[in-house]
Amino acid sequence: MKLGSIYALIALGYTMVYGVLRLINFAHGDVFMLGAMLSIYFARWTRLDMHPSWISLFCIIGMAMAACGLIGGVIERVAYRPLRSAPKLSLLITAIGVSLLIENAGQLHAVFGPTPQAFPGLIETREAIHIGSLTLSNIEVLVFVVAIALMVILHFIVHHTKLGLAMRAVSFNYQTASLMGVNVDHVISFTFILGSALAGAAGVLFGLSYPSIDPLTGFAPGIRAFVAAVLGGIGSIPGALLGGFLIGEAETLTASYISSTYKDAIAFVILILVLLIKPSGLLGKKTIEKV
Amino acid sequence: MRMLKNNATILMAFAVLLVLDRITAATGWNHSYYYKILIDVGIAAILAVSLNLINGITGQFSLGHAGFMALGAYVAASFSSFVMKPWVAHMHWTGGVETAALGIGAGIAIVLGGITAAMAGLIVGIPTLRLRGDYLAIATLGFGEIIRILILNTEAVGGPRGMGDIPTNANFFWVYGWMLACVVMVSRLVYSVKGKAFFAIREDEFAASMIGIDITRYKVLAFLTGSFFAGVAGGLFAHSATGFIVPGEFDTLKSIEIVVMVVLGGLGSISGSLIAAAVLTILPEALRQFSDYRMVAYSLLLIIMMLTRPQGLMGMRELTFPRRRPSTPA
Repeated sequence: MKLGSIYALIALGYTMVYGVLRLINFAHGDVFMLGAMLSIYFARWTRLDMHPSWISLFCIIGMAMAACGLIGGVIERVAYRPLRSAPKLSLLITAIGVSLLIENAGQLHAVFGPTPQAFPGLIETREAIHIGSLTLSNIEVLVFVVAIALMVILHFIVHHTKLGLAMRAVSFNYQTASLMGVNVDHVISFTFILGSALAGAAGVLFGLSYPSIDPLTGFAPGIRAFVAAVLGGIGSIPGALLGGFLIGEAETLTASYISSTYKDAIAFVILILVLLIKPSGLLGKKTIEKV
Repeated sequence: MRMLKNNATILMAFAVLLVLDRITAATGWNHSYYYKILIDVGIAAILAVSLNLINGITGQFSLGHAGFMALGAYVAASFSSFVMKPWVAHMHWTGGVETAALGIGAGIAIVLGGITAAMAGLIVGIPTLRLRGDYLAIATLGFGEIIRILILNTEAVGGPRGMGDIPTNANFFWVYGWMLACVVMVSRLVYSVKGKAFFAIREDEFAASMIGIDITRYKVLAFLTGSFFAGVAGGLFAHSATGFIVPGEFDTLKSIEIVVMVVLGGLGSISGSLIAAAVLTILPEALRQFSDYRMVAYSLLLIIMMLTRPQGLMGMRELTFPRRRPSTPA
């Protein structure tokens, strides 16, 4: 379930960016890694890792979200905006390039180094809830609650603010929205910042659950979260949530009932099945291609 | 590339390759470090040109080329190790006959690898080629990973430990002979009526289908040819250098590396792919001491290329040679 919550948070970023830009932001998984990695450094600098408490945890989550939001905005501004009118393929290749750049620059010794780093225990792990034979640790509960809270906030932003309206307009029809006076560039930047901030939060939650982070950590969860977004119906926020939980469950079940080595393949199998059977995803809208 | 229309030129090129191969063997140069790089360049060139047919010429973005390469490598290696070697041992052949038998066996193995990869390409292609653009990229990436994970879990071919003791008969002639075959095949496709259909699909799928091009058929054709040569390249790779392969060599990064070659050389330019394959194989070897920065440089190159010259080094152009001047095709 915590895996599912984390996938869902990352998937939201994919879904939003895909919604406004029709781009698979390959670098999104790496922004998620940066969220986890940077929060290790933040915790060391601020010495919050010495004082595990809820307050320090939320400080770190806040910092990671701010940092990732900033990074996401910069990536959009530098790498994607100049290609706004270029063919989609160029944009996709650029996204792959950005992803590779973050992964490989991160592996340099001057940056993070190639070895995994331990994520500080920001709160003590305790068994929190017993439901029948099921025992949940406080981290599992926390991951779930934070993920749901962030999604509720996101839902509010998208559906009850002016910026959210603009986002929906841009994702509905980019050109019409710009004719109606929506500043498309601002909206796209904002979407990137929002999505990347969510990925940053997911990074911290991931670090709490799996406390070993290296510069390549982001790739696999990133791809799986993308699969989750496609499964739920890309462009749909509740879809990303549902898809995230389903993929997380599918992986856990595969690891426990079939083989943990096949765990990595199950997401792709699901992806291909979805694309073949219902390309619009579970909760996605069916779109008709027009010339 | 147009000069490859002439059959006599092609035969001559094969003869030149054979002579060069004999020279390298006679001088003992085929054990040197530079020879190994030369072989790597040839294999990279096959991969890049075959992927260019899919990505550049037909415009179907595939990120699973390493998967097909892996399939070809493992099928070819299995044939050589599990069929040819026991058979040669059973016949009690030694010396020259043994070498010749293993060589022919490797040739068959490589073709088998190519055919298996092509079959996989067909199976993967028919359903996924309905998808467009970025979805196709992710689906092919997924297929590539699935192939790798299946190999990783197959104990018969060594699983994660890899497979060793493969006869190393992929020499200069075989590698560059296949490269020539690949270039000839792809360029003939491109300069035929089919080539026009490929480009039409790349430029606008809807318009292409409106003028009566069977889009699926041409996409599958491109995919089939591309994955065949990826399988061949894998087979050659398995039979080259150390005769040892592990599944980890065929991961997504490898696919991306081939994509970088195609993009850098120019989507749609065969000679561009050849040049990029050579440059991107030789450069990391020349800059070994900076190996940490290699992938950083790759990714920056990719981004800057897309921002400043999205059509690649060569764009759609090809290297041409002035007529009447005898020259070996690159």
